[in-house]
Amino acid sequence: MTTATASHDDHHGPEKGLMRWVKTTNHKDIGSLYLWFAFTMLLVGGAFAMGIRAELLQPGMQLMEPQFFNQLTTMHGLIMVFGAIMPAFVGLGNWLIPMMIGAPDMALPRMNNWSFWILPFAGAILLSTFFMEGGAPAFGWTFYAPLSTTFAPDSTDFFIFAVHLLGFSSIMGAINIIATVLNMRAPEMKLMDMPLFVWTWLITSFLLIGAMPVLAGAVTMMLTDRNFGTAFFDATGGGDPVLFQHIFWFFGHPEVYIMILPAFGVVSHIIPTFARKPLFGYSSMVYATASIAFLSYIVWAHHMFLTGMPVAAELYFMYATMLIAVPTGVKVFNWIATMWRGSMTFETPMLWAVSFVFLFTIGGFSGLMLGIVPADIQYHDTYFVVAHFHYVLVTGALWAIIAATFYWLPKWTGRMYNETLGKVHFWWAVISVNVLFFPQHFLGLAGMPRRIPDYSLQFADFNLISSLGGFAFGASFILLTYIVIDCVRNGKPCGSRPWESAKGLEWTLEPKAQYHSFNTPPSRALIEAESQNS
Amino acid sequence: MSEQEYYIPHGTYWPIIGSIGVSTLFVGFANQMHGAEWGGSVMALGFAILVFMMFGWFGQVVNESTNGIYNKQVDRSFRWGMSWFIFSEVMFFAAFFGALFYARQFSVPWLGGEGNNIFTPDLWNAFSASWHQMAFLAPGTELQSGTVMSFPAIPDTGIVTATPADVVDPWGLPALNTALLLASGVTLTFAHHALRAGHRNQIVGWLVATIALGAAFLGFQIMEYGHAYQDGLKLTSGIYGSTFYMLTGFHGFHVTVGVIMLTVILYRVQKGHFTADNHFGFEGVAWYWHFVDVVWLGLFVFVYWL
Ligand code: HEM
Ligand SMILES: [Cu+2]
Repeated sequence: MTTATASHDDHHGPEKGLMRWVKTTNHKDIGSLYLWFAFTMLLVGGAFAMGIRAELLQPGMQLMEPQFFNQLTTMHGLIMVFGAIMPAFVGLGNWLIPMMIGAPDMALPRMNNWSFWILPFAGAILLSTFFMEGGAPAFGWTFYAPLSTTFAPDSTDFFIFAVHLLGFSSIMGAINIIATVLNMRAPEMKLMDMPLFVWTWLITSFLLIGAMPVLAGAVTMMLTDRNFGTAFFDATGGGDPVLFQHIFWFFGHPEVYIMILPAFGVVSHIIPTFARKPLFGYSSMVYATASIAFLSYIVWAHHMFLTGMPVAAELYFMYATMLIAVPTGVKVFNWIATMWRGSMTFETPMLWAVSFVFLFTIGGFSGLMLGIVPADIQYHDTYFVVAHFHYVLVTGALWAIIAATFYWLPKWTGRMYNETLGKVHFWWAVISVNVLFFPQHFLGLAGMPRRIPDYSLQFADFNLISSLGGFAFGASFILLTYIVIDCVRNGKPCGSRPWESAKGLEWTLEPKAQYHSFNTPPSRALIEAESQNS
Repeated sequence: MSEQEYYIPHGTYWPIIGSIGVSTLFVGFANQMHGAEWGGSVMALGFAILVFMMFGWFGQVVNESTNGIYNKQVDRSFRWGMSWFIFSEVMFFAAFFGALFYARQFSVPWLGGEGNNIFTPDLWNAFSASWHQMAFLAPGTELQSGTVMSFPAIPDTGIVTATPADVVDPWGLPALNTALLLASGVTLTFAHHALRAGHRNQIVGWLVATIALGAAFLGFQIMEYGHAYQDGLKLTSGIYGSTFYMLTGFHGFHVTVGVIMLTVILYRVQKGHFTADNHFGFEGVAWYWHFVDVVWLGLFVFVYWL
């Protein structure tokens, strides 16, 4: 591998003005764009969630038409998955990967710009469906046929194209990350020297490239079924609506791991730093991540236990699903073993990381319960499923994104956030999120169906609690916004390694990392000193 | 620029132009499908913007490349990029092949009552499932015999029970097309060998042959569509029609793109853009062409033959 250095005309800094952000090919600029876009979408999707919880505050219909309620749940899910969580992780990857592997920038900088700048267009097309005749799509974020084909409003075609655009963006982003990790690494850095965030993102990229095109295929079939008379999902022409579910979940299950693997990476950085111990079981972490990724391709039909699949298929998908718990368990074990007898302190990033381990594991357990066929016959399409995936996605993926923000914010800005406010915000969020989602387990076990705007009286108490928790959790993001802006504007300048036992090449850069990360690649000695695998 | 320096381009407008182009294209398309008169023109505008973007963007990359700004490492980034792009295309086709296999192995037999017959208690009593299943007309629909469909139908039901040979004969045009595409893979490899040996005239000859074979393939494919359509196999004639046209259609689209790319490469060869050991542009297109070739083999076996 030849040495990676930036060409001569890169020593000057960023351009001035708005066009800087439109034209930029710099991984840090693009990372920031991704992160701010994701944060905006988080607030938009969050606003929809507030609407949902307001309607569910009490039994009976209060605020909106059922059709509009369904539009809100649909758009909430789509915006959060494709607009908030995924772009946020790509943003983190953009910011961090070049710094972590000793590279000057991403491998394909122009394409990097494009993978971001497709997103606002996709988001705008998606959100514009609210204002169309017949309203926004209302068939749930999983857009099952025939709800999304025969019975959907015209705006669905705009939704389809928005998904295509989101897919282009993700695929280009993933290709870029693969090329960067495999080709831009410091020549002295071996694969098993790579930080876990880089490893998890590399593996996530393979998931993206394998899964997103299948989603594109699914929406393309929807498009032709809707407009050109094909019969993919139509039994009167020999097709099958269940085929849609197979194709969707062949994408969908890898997709949930796309949203959680980089989170695993983040947590594997933060816990060693604040436990002041090297990460326990580095290589087992790598292998566990790879096996989770592999398994995620062969378990998709655990979302379809109630579609009348042959019994052999039910059994197979049940056992394969259980298998995923093994590598996931390895990871949780390693995080705990890392903390074991460490001299731990609980700065804000660590609070988020430790609560990630705890709360994500709750979500993992409810996932195991759902993976058991006879149990799932009871739980399927109830609030238990809602509780499950919010534990893994909110207190899993989102938690890691927030943890990463606090952990690397000093490196991005050269400034320290307000620690007291950070802690206040953490406790506010962690308590309210549990008030919000924990009762939903009970609601689901008692049989409350998901995606229905009204419910019978025995569910009233838990729904009230859940809604109140939801409003409190929503409000916590106002404080988060303040903390971040306050840090960028007024934060106290910090050193280049604000966390004294943090390891990683990014901490060897200037306090506010320079515009092009590594113009000369780091030496072997430095790489070894900063390696997680020691 | 030295081997030591990885070229990082400055700000660029091409991506935002591309985003505007593709969004315009899609918004126009959606409106076109919903009957807006202006939809088509907006689509055309979006397409034009996209073409402009591709000329500009690729042109700039070609310029940078011929000016020797790229080093070996940049070249490797392009290689990784192109290979994984092709892999994503493979997965896109896999979705449609998956639909084909599923329909063939599961949904059509189930509709015919296979298994526990849980899906189709008394669907239509005369219905019998067979692959290459065509449109299921409602029982009692009269076929205007000889005009719309020339497939055998169950008397009085309008249910068509086509067999493979009724639909398309794999050993006619499809087999010829297979030979054409396979041959084009060979001629392209000869072109590559000639490029490495530095024989400009031979490269041009073999490239022209490859393009001609690709174009011939497309021509026959259009003829083939004509036959199929006349025989009543349409996009709307049930799941076989759906998978047939979507798979071969997307493949034909990829061949078209491949032919265009090969033509660009031919032009670039004549401009002397490539050297014996530095010609990623050529190789990237060659990979793409071979990928299109392999997809066709899958189509020939699973869509036409079996
Ligand atoms: C320990 C591993 C996990 C297992 C065994 C598991 C199992 C399951 C099962 C069986 C379902 C279907 C429930 C039903 O619809 O009846 C489900 C739903 C879901 N899971 Fe998991 N899961 C696991 C981890 C995760 C992770 C890590 C994520 C995301 C980060 C996730 C996200 C989801 C989502 C979004 C749904 C709901 C999809 C929907 O119907 O809208 N799961 N899970
Ligand atoms: Cu799943």
